[in-house]
Amino acid sequence: MTIEDLIENFELLEDWEDKYRYLIDLGAKLEHMPEKYYTEDWKVRGCQSQVWLVPKKEDNKFYFVGDSDAAIVKGIIYIVLTIFNGLTAEEIKNVDINNIFTRLGLNEHLSPSRRNGLSSMTEKILYYANIL
Amino acid sequence: MFDVYEIRKQFPVLGRLINGKPNTFLDTGASAQKPQCVIDKMLKVYSEDYANVHRGSYLLSEEITLEYEKARKIVQKFINTKSDKEIVFTRNATESINLVAAAWGRKFLKKGDEILISEAEHHANLIPWQQVRDETGCTLKIFKIADDGSFIWDEFAKLLREKTKLVAVTAMSNVLGTIFPIKKMAQAAHNVGALFLTDACQFAVHHQIDVQDMDCDFLAFSGHKTYGPSGIGVLYGKYDILEKMPPYQCGGDMVDHVSYEKTTFAEPPARFEAGTPAIVQAIGLGEALNFMMNLGMDNITAHEKELTKYATEKLSEIEDLVQIGTAKDKGGVFSFVLKSVHPQDMAFILDKEGVALRIGHHCAEPLVHRMGYESVARATLGLYNTKEDIDRLVKAIEKAKTFF
Repeated sequence: MTIEDLIENFELLEDWEDKYRYLIDLGAKLEHMPEKYYTEDWKVRGCQSQVWLVPKKEDNKFYFVGDSDAAIVKGIIYIVLTIFNGLTAEEIKNVDINNIFTRLGLNEHLSPSRRNGLSSMTEKILYYANIL
Repeated sequence: MFDVYEIRKQFPVLGRLINGKPNTFLDTGASAQKPQCVIDKMLKVYSEDYANVHRGSYLLSEEITLEYEKARKIVQKFINTKSDKEIVFTRNATESINLVAAAWGRKFLKKGDEILISEAEHHANLIPWQQVRDETGCTLKIFKIADDGSFIWDEFAKLLREKTKLVAVTAMSNVLGTIFPIKKMAQAAHNVGALFLTDACQFAVHHQIDVQDMDCDFLAFSGHKTYGPSGIGVLYGKYDILEKMPPYQCGGDMVDHVSYEKTTFAEPPARFEAGTPAIVQAIGLGEALNFMMNLGMDNITAHEKELTKYATEKLSEIEDLVQIGTAKDKGGVFSFVLKSVHPQDMAFILDKEGVALRIGHHCAEPLVHRMGYESVARATLGLYNTKEDIDRLVKAIEKAKTFF
C-alpha cells in the first residue's frame, strides 16, 4: 500500500472514531521486529509510549522497521514507514510530513506538535538519513 | 457555602468546549486553571500600575513595590510564617528546592553526612540532592514506601540517624496522592539534629499549611498549581537558617554594598532574589492565594475529600482498571492503568472526549518504575472539579476500552 492509497482510505472515514479504529488496524499489521531490536539503542526519545525504529540502507535507499507498545502509535508508525520506506536521503529531507497528515485528515487529531511520537519519529528518520 | 458550580463560573477556560465536549479538566496536579480575579489583577497591573520594584524614586515604582511586598505578606498568611522575611520568591518549587540544594547544601554538607528522601519524590526533590551528593561527597538515602503507596514510619525511622543532616520529603505525592505526616517527621528529624524540607507543591493546592505548627525548616510550593500564574514560586525558610546561607544567584537587588574589591550581600529574602523578579506574577500569586483563603482552605479540603471518595469508588467499579496509590491517607490524585490499554492509547481517546489528564512517569520515573510501570495515567482534582467531571472521566475510559 502506498501513502496515496492510505490517503484515499482515510478520506472514506468520516469521524475520528473510525479514523482511530483504522489506525489501530494498520498498527496491528506491523510485523514484530526481531527481539534484538527492542533495546534502548533503538528507542525513539520524546514519545509518551515506547517507540523503536531501526534503519537499513540498501542501494542508497532507506528501509525502516518499527514498533511501539501503544496501539494507536503503532498505527502512526505504519503510516510513517509507508511514507519513508524506499526513499533516498535526499527524498526523505524533502518530505512534507505536515502536508501528508493534513491530507490524511489526521492533523487535527495527531498533529506533529503533540507528544504522540510523530515528530520524534520523523526527526529520528531525518537523523538516520543524514548520518548513514 | 462552597458552591462548586458557582465557583466554576469564575474560571473562564472551564466553559470552553474541548473537541466539542465539556472541558473535563483533571490535570490540576500539573498546573491549575486561573480564576478571573487573578487574570483581572494581572491585566490591571500591566495596564495601569507597572514599573520595576525596589528601584525607582517615583510614584509607580513605589506603588508596585508595595503591591509586590503585599503579595509576600499574603504568602506569609497563607502558610503562617513568623515573618515575611522568611518568604523568598522563586520561579517555581523546582527552583526553591534547587536554591536550598545549591546555597545550603553545598555550604553545609560534607562527606559522611546524609540526606534522607522518600521513594515517592518528584524529580525536583531528587535530582538536586543527587547533584549535591556528587559535589560534596555526602550520601543520599531513600526510605521505602509500601506497595499501596502508604508511608511506613519504621522505614523512615530506620534510616534517620545522627549522620542525617537533611530530610527532604514531599507533603503529598504527585503520583500516589499519599499524604506524609510532615509534622511528626519534622520532629523526628530535629531529634537527630537534621533540618527538614518539605515539597508542598501538591499539598498546598488542597490543604491549610501552618509552617510554625509543622515546624519545617524549608517549604516549597509553586504559584501555577495554587491557581496563580506560572513563573512564580515560593521558598519558605526559617530566618536564622536563611541568614547563614550564601547567595544562590548574583546580580542586582541582592546586594548591600558593591565595590570592585568586595561585595556584601543583602539580608534575606532580598539576598536570594537577584535581578528583576517576576513582579506581576508575584502579585497574581497573592491574588490567587487570597482567592483560596476567601473560599476557605477547610472548605476546599472538604469538597475535594468528598470528590476523592466518589472518584475512588467510581474508578474501582471499572473492570480491568488498576489504581496505583491507595494509601488510606491520600488526596485527590488518581494514578491508574488499564490492563488491556496503553495509557497513551487511552489518552488519545480521552482527549477527544474533552478529558484532560496526564500520562507518563509524571517527573517521578523511579517511583513509577518502583510501582511496576513504565507509564501510568493520572487524574488530579482541583477545587473546581465536580462529580460530573468524574462521571465523564469514567464514561470516556469505558469508551476507550471499546477501541482495543
